[in-house]
Amino acid sequence: MQAAAPRRGLGVGLGTLLLAALLLAAVVLGTGLGSVTIPPGEVLGALWRGVTRQALEGNDVIVWQIRLPRVVMGALVGASLSVCGGAFQGVFRNPLADPYLLGVASGSALGATVAIVAGWPRALIPVSALLTALVAVACTLSLAREGRRFPPTRLILAGVVVGSVLSAATTALILRGEDRARQVLAYTLGDLGFSGWRDVLTVLPYAALGCGALLLLARALDTLQLGELTARSLGVPVERLRLIAVIAASLATAGAVAYVGVIGFVGLIVPHMIRLAFGPGHRTLLPLSALLGGALLVGADLLARTTPLSQVGIVTTLLGGPFFLWLLRKERHD
Amino acid sequence: MTDLLHHTAPRQPEATPRDALVARDVHVQAGSFPAVRGVSAAFRPGVFSAVIGPNGAGKSTLLRALLGLNPVTGGEVTLAGRPLGAWSRAQRSRQLAYLAQSEGLPDGARVRDVVALGRGAGDWRFGLLPRTPWTPADEAAVDAALDRTDTRRFEDRRVSELSGGERQRAALARALAAEPRFLLLDEPTNHLDLAYALDVVRYLRCEVAGGLGVVAVLHDLNLAARADHLVLLCGGRVQASGTPHEVLTPEHLHAAYGLHVNVVQHADRLLVIPQD
Repeated sequence: MQAAAPRRGLGVGLGTLLLAALLLAAVVLGTGLGSVTIPPGEVLGALWRGVTRQALEGNDVIVWQIRLPRVVMGALVGASLSVCGGAFQGVFRNPLADPYLLGVASGSALGATVAIVAGWPRALIPVSALLTALVAVACTLSLAREGRRFPPTRLILAGVVVGSVLSAATTALILRGEDRARQVLAYTLGDLGFSGWRDVLTVLPYAALGCGALLLLARALDTLQLGELTARSLGVPVERLRLIAVIAASLATAGAVAYVGVIGFVGLIVPHMIRLAFGPGHRTLLPLSALLGGALLVGADLLARTTPLSQVGIVTTLLGGPFFLWLLRKERHD
Repeated sequence: MTDLLHHTAPRQPEATPRDALVARDVHVQAGSFPAVRGVSAAFRPGVFSAVIGPNGAGKSTLLRALLGLNPVTGGEVTLAGRPLGAWSRAQRSRQLAYLAQSEGLPDGARVRDVVALGRGAGDWRFGLLPRTPWTPADEAAVDAALDRTDTRRFEDRRVSELSGGERQRAALARALAAEPRFLLLDEPTNHLDLAYALDVVRYLRCEVAGGLGVVAVLHDLNLAARADHLVLLCGGRVQASGTPHEVLTPEHLHAAYGLHVNVVQHADRLLVIPQD
């Protein structure tokens, strides 16, 4: 009676293993390559010595003090943006939704820029980013709303408009605070160059809380894919789900954007790749997106450091633009 | 108001059983438009009821009001004698299943996973966080729903690989997985060819024989003639209700659709044939 050769796509267990290995490889490569090249074995040794609290030797200081915070920040940001992208796509049942296209990232950037230009303590940057992210997402949603629904095209158009207006505001602020202009400009293009351990530790709770909440909502998000009315008939309070998911995603996005700026399209590309390989269930989609997103961003940062592309945000946007167009065409054909 | 009640319920239905789903003088506002204007009807378990009527008669709106998905602006809906609002979201979702006009089955998902989504959502904490672990009873309910809709043999296929008819049966399995007391369907035979449409009706018939109460919005009057109980809506009001023989009369159908029709009997079934 057993159906022959069920097509389940890649096994989730195997996929998790592969993606975790990919992330580790990206971290080791990202840590090893730079002005001083440190071979992978030595990187792993340095990591081991640091974790087991042995005395650091040779290049260990470069690994731990300079390279690793940047790489870990990259992984954290990539993971956060990817989980948020997957969650936004699920909440609005819109394949084009992601923190960047909904204006949430630009909103976070504005708040962060305000904090930087005003010279507020560094720990307040993500708080300020969160506040403006929530304002931005509220603006996008109220512009896009039609009754209870958020029509896909309207949502993206509203997000792009809100994002543009907020980016303009950010640019105006940058031009006023000239002495810090270089730092802030790099920031608006997405840059991991200023990350230290303290920033990583500040961002960690935002990422953990935001992504953790979204992971808990996975099954509710799955149910929502059946349609809003069907989900409600199954007992899912859809409005509440939307509210909580949007706040959680804004939290993680604000954390991700706060110190490294706007990094576009990661949240769009990564969940789609995972969906193609493992199916649309959010219980696998969100965690696997975190792994792949982390690896992808560390890789993109590596590309940015070692090529004239110079900034990670430029790399992801160059990769993401064509992907976005491909997705648009694919949606039209379906 | 009494006049209206009199008009909508020309004949007091025989005492409604305790476990019925009942609309009493229900009004529903769709924006500023009164989509349902004083509908009274009783739907019982083990009975195949169909809601018919022209476009814009308020059929879908009434269905959603019966499910508690549309706020009722007047009158009330009761389930087993209790107003719908008095049931918790969890209880209600276990009793009343809904099959929307076009259920959004996610393309890449496996049929079995989709059907499993029909299980137990209402039991969650705040409606959002799974409370109880997946149990053998859940597994058995999913298996049963797959078996009863003949979807078991493609449970591992992805939704995107299914034909329209297979898709609809998978959606039906999803709705049945909750083991509801009532199943409310919005045009379940839409976009299906004749064979698949009859299939759906046959599956529903089997469930009704097992005690399920079915309330289906149907456009095809000849399909509706296979139901036990019909409610004919027109302009948000009940034009007629009762058995197919009582409702599918040229007079009622002319009043509702503005069409002259012939109703003929073939074997033991009614056929509605529009006149040119």
